[in-house]
Amino acid sequence: MAPPFQNIPGRPRALRLSGPNTPEKFMTSQYENKSGLFRIALLALFLVLALAAKADAAPANALEKLKNNDISEREAAVEMLVNDPSPVAAEVLKALMDGDLYVLKKENQLVIAKKDGKDYAVSDPLEGRELGSVKKRDLRKVGSNNAMRGMIRAVLGKLDLASPDPAARRAAAGEMISHLDQMDSAFLNERLNAEDDALVREKLEAALAVKTLSEGAGKEARAAVKTLAGNLNPEVRRALTKLKDETQNPGLKAAITKVLGNIQSKVEFFSFLETLFFGLSMGSVLVLAAIGLAITFGVMGVINMAHGELIMLGAYATYVIQQQMPGHIGLSLFVAIPAAFLVSGLTGILIERLIIRFLYGRPLETLLATFGVSLVLQQAVRSIFSPLNRSVATPEWMSGSLAVNPVFSLTWNRMYIIVFCVLVFAALFAVLSKTRLGLEVRAVSQNRAMARAMGTRAALVDALTFGLGAGIAGVAGVALSQLTNVGPNLGQAYIIDSFMVVVFGGVGNLWGTMVAGLSLGVINKVLEPVSGAVLAKILVLVFIILFIQKRPTGLFPQKGRAVEG
Amino acid sequence: MRTGKALVTFFAALLILAGANAGFAADTIKVGILHSLSGTMAISETTLKDTMLMLIDEQNKKGGLLGKKLEAVVVDPASNWPLFAEKAKELLGKDKVAAVFGCWTSVSRKSVLPVFEEMNGLLFYPVQYEGEESSKNVFYTGAAPNQQAIPAVDYLMNDLGVKRWVLAGTDYVYPRTTNKILEAYLKAKGVKEADIMINYTPFGHSDWQSIVSDIKKFGSEGKKTAVVSTINGDANVPFYKELGNQGVSAEDIPVVAFSVGEEELSGVDAKPLVGHLAAWNYFMSVDTPENDEFIQAWHNYIKDEKRVTNDPMEAHYIGFNMWVKAVEKAGTTDPDAVGKAIIGVTVPNLTGGYSAMMPNHHITKPVLIGEIQADGQFETVWQTKGLVVGDAWSDFLPGSKDIIADWRAPLTCGNYNVTTAKCSGQNF
Repeated sequence: MAPPFQNIPGRPRALRLSGPNTPEKFMTSQYENKSGLFRIALLALFLVLALAAKADAAPANALEKLKNNDISEREAAVEMLVNDPSPVAAEVLKALMDGDLYVLKKENQLVIAKKDGKDYAVSDPLEGRELGSVKKRDLRKVGSNNAMRGMIRAVLGKLDLASPDPAARRAAAGEMISHLDQMDSAFLNERLNAEDDALVREKLEAALAVKTLSEGAGKEARAAVKTLAGNLNPEVRRALTKLKDETQNPGLKAAITKVLGNIQSKVEFFSFLETLFFGLSMGSVLVLAAIGLAITFGVMGVINMAHGELIMLGAYATYVIQQQMPGHIGLSLFVAIPAAFLVSGLTGILIERLIIRFLYGRPLETLLATFGVSLVLQQAVRSIFSPLNRSVATPEWMSGSLAVNPVFSLTWNRMYIIVFCVLVFAALFAVLSKTRLGLEVRAVSQNRAMARAMGTRAALVDALTFGLGAGIAGVAGVALSQLTNVGPNLGQAYIIDSFMVVVFGGVGNLWGTMVAGLSLGVINKVLEPVSGAVLAKILVLVFIILFIQKRPTGLFPQKGRAVEG
Repeated sequence: MRTGKALVTFFAALLILAGANAGFAADTIKVGILHSLSGTMAISETTLKDTMLMLIDEQNKKGGLLGKKLEAVVVDPASNWPLFAEKAKELLGKDKVAAVFGCWTSVSRKSVLPVFEEMNGLLFYPVQYEGEESSKNVFYTGAAPNQQAIPAVDYLMNDLGVKRWVLAGTDYVYPRTTNKILEAYLKAKGVKEADIMINYTPFGHSDWQSIVSDIKKFGSEGKKTAVVSTINGDANVPFYKELGNQGVSAEDIPVVAFSVGEEELSGVDAKPLVGHLAAWNYFMSVDTPENDEFIQAWHNYIKDEKRVTNDPMEAHYIGFNMWVKAVEKAGTTDPDAVGKAIIGVTVPNLTGGYSAMMPNHHITKPVLIGEIQADGQFETVWQTKGLVVGDAWSDFLPGSKDIIADWRAPLTCGNYNVTTAKCSGQNF
């Protein structure tokens, strides 16, 4: 336990610029009744201290301003610090960026505070000295705004361009073209001469070319246009379009038009790829949500309205696991997959044993009963976890995107979910076609009486099949927790879509579910930019209604209990 | 014998005392709380129920009202709009409550409106809404569009230099009306049609890939672009996540939201949202003694230090205190008398100023713009100089430009047309 803050000596008073103990006061109170020699010594000391304070003046003044409640004062402070080369300034800026900069309310002192268990460990930015730990209530956060963060980022970016680490230089070079106005050609040329990484060089050359374009249509402009051919960056396109509209030179105009046309066709191609990717990723979410239902509804013929809530339970299982494993966000997801499978699977078996088995062959009653179960589960979650959404953190490797080029990037979370969907599908397929359980499931669903005559315990197989479908729904919940809210209503959003996919794909066919889910996703995403999200959804539903009219058994019809019933 | 008689007298006296006691206990002022505790809206409304219970509790500790204790009557309309009307009828007819604090969505308010007008009850509505309404029986303590949307757009236009606008909303009445007002306002300010993109999505929309990609393309034209979001509750998290994943940062394209507050952010990993904006009349981070006290009281009441406070909670705080003051002023809880007395009542708000009930049944509020910080709190980056008076009828819609609301005599009308000098007679 650290000692209470008040007992810790502060930094030397002469450096403190505000509060009751300003240097003058400190000095005058000590002057009196002292010998002349001592006075001189004190005066000398004061001068030294004052000089020291002066050397530190720029950041100290800015630090003082940072404490201000008025955000424009703080903006001014950041502006001063950004132009200050001292390490203190850099440290304070970094702390501000990370949200670790606070003011001690009572002492009105600027500190860097890091969370340490329940309390905050504070330290003095000027000296880096630890000041012990305090309660959150004693601290007032120094907030930042976009303007401040923008300034800090630009400075850090400029520093990064000169960083010895090539990865940092590449990242900075990628950002550079959007803050071109803050850099001059001389700086860019200097960096270009010092640079040996081909990727960074390319970006620097493009940046210089854009600079040239903005300066007018001279001879250099021709060369610049040539350099920029095929560059997909929107800034480049804008600079080219602007010059095209401005220039009087027909040769240059033609050259730009050609380059722009080339770029445009590339952009269109990538935008097509992007739509396809969006469609596939949306489709994979649909498949994940529906695949458990393909078992319970498709194979067993049970209209399970609580399917969505089984997904929700999986998402909550992820939340609980993550709470148990703080600091291992990525790992917790992998642990959550079997955990969610078990939680939802066992709940599914319980539902089957307690309710559904009494209702086989009575679809309407099953529908009502499982709808009731879904409400019970929702309210149970509301009572246990509160009606508020829970926050499930996303691991670092699932955030952000892989930028293929400036107009085409693939978001990591979506890519992982596509892969996850394929894996789950493969695993389920293997279970159904390669294992004894799978064989029994298929046997019972195709001809129950015959299967029983061969010695299969149909009741047990029913329970296990339902549990399998429910467990897969739980696994889908793990994936959804990374995309959307984890709350009591999570399941409702997916139940309709799930039924839609299973019915469209053909009841009782896993491949049908896969194909149906992916194609509905792609259709939706192709329609969306044209018609808007609301209308796209309606159009897809209309399409399915028409399709089911023509082919009531879906894309890939198969025999099963549902057909016989 | 004598002792027997004395005993009888004693018991009789006791009985009378008990009766009197029971009579006293029944003589309370009932306050209705009409917030969904189950269903979709429970996520937002449960907190408001707790806030009201806390406020009533505190008032009782101060000695109640008119010498009587306040008694909360909590009902659960279960996010079911017709049930709101039924529960309102129950509160006014059966429980005879003196005032009702409740509703969240506009559709629930519209559903109870006829009930309150017919049975002459008082409703305090604490949520920001689309305006175009002023009822004799409703007091709107949340923001009207001119107390939230318009100042936010002004801030973006003047302070951030935004030239291109994306108006994104969930497909229902509040975003549609607000966006209509904003579109008219932007055009009046000289923004061209081509620089406005309007987009609606269904409730609970979770696949934002193509919309975010469109916004990105729309914003790459070289003019500063901002998104004005009236996206409702649940759909926000996947929206912001997608923005973060596609690399749209708040420094490039800021999103200003009207439905994202501390409560919504407490269920989210706020890191990808840092720097995006929200416009409200209150932030938990506002540093005033009143607010510190309110947060302290809330934490003590709810026994959880992690719970946040938000704008609709402040609206209930203001509304409840206004009602208390008006009842004290009128000396009765009679709805007509309280309705008359409450106009002009001024109470402190939590941001260091005072809010007053205006004749159009809307209140005066400051408008604050905040940037989301990593801890899910807001940093106030801009705020109106003074208080803004809630405008029931927008000045930017052709149909409602000429309409004013004034519930004082002699006008006593919620929709008086100043050009035709007629009160339309409609009740809303």
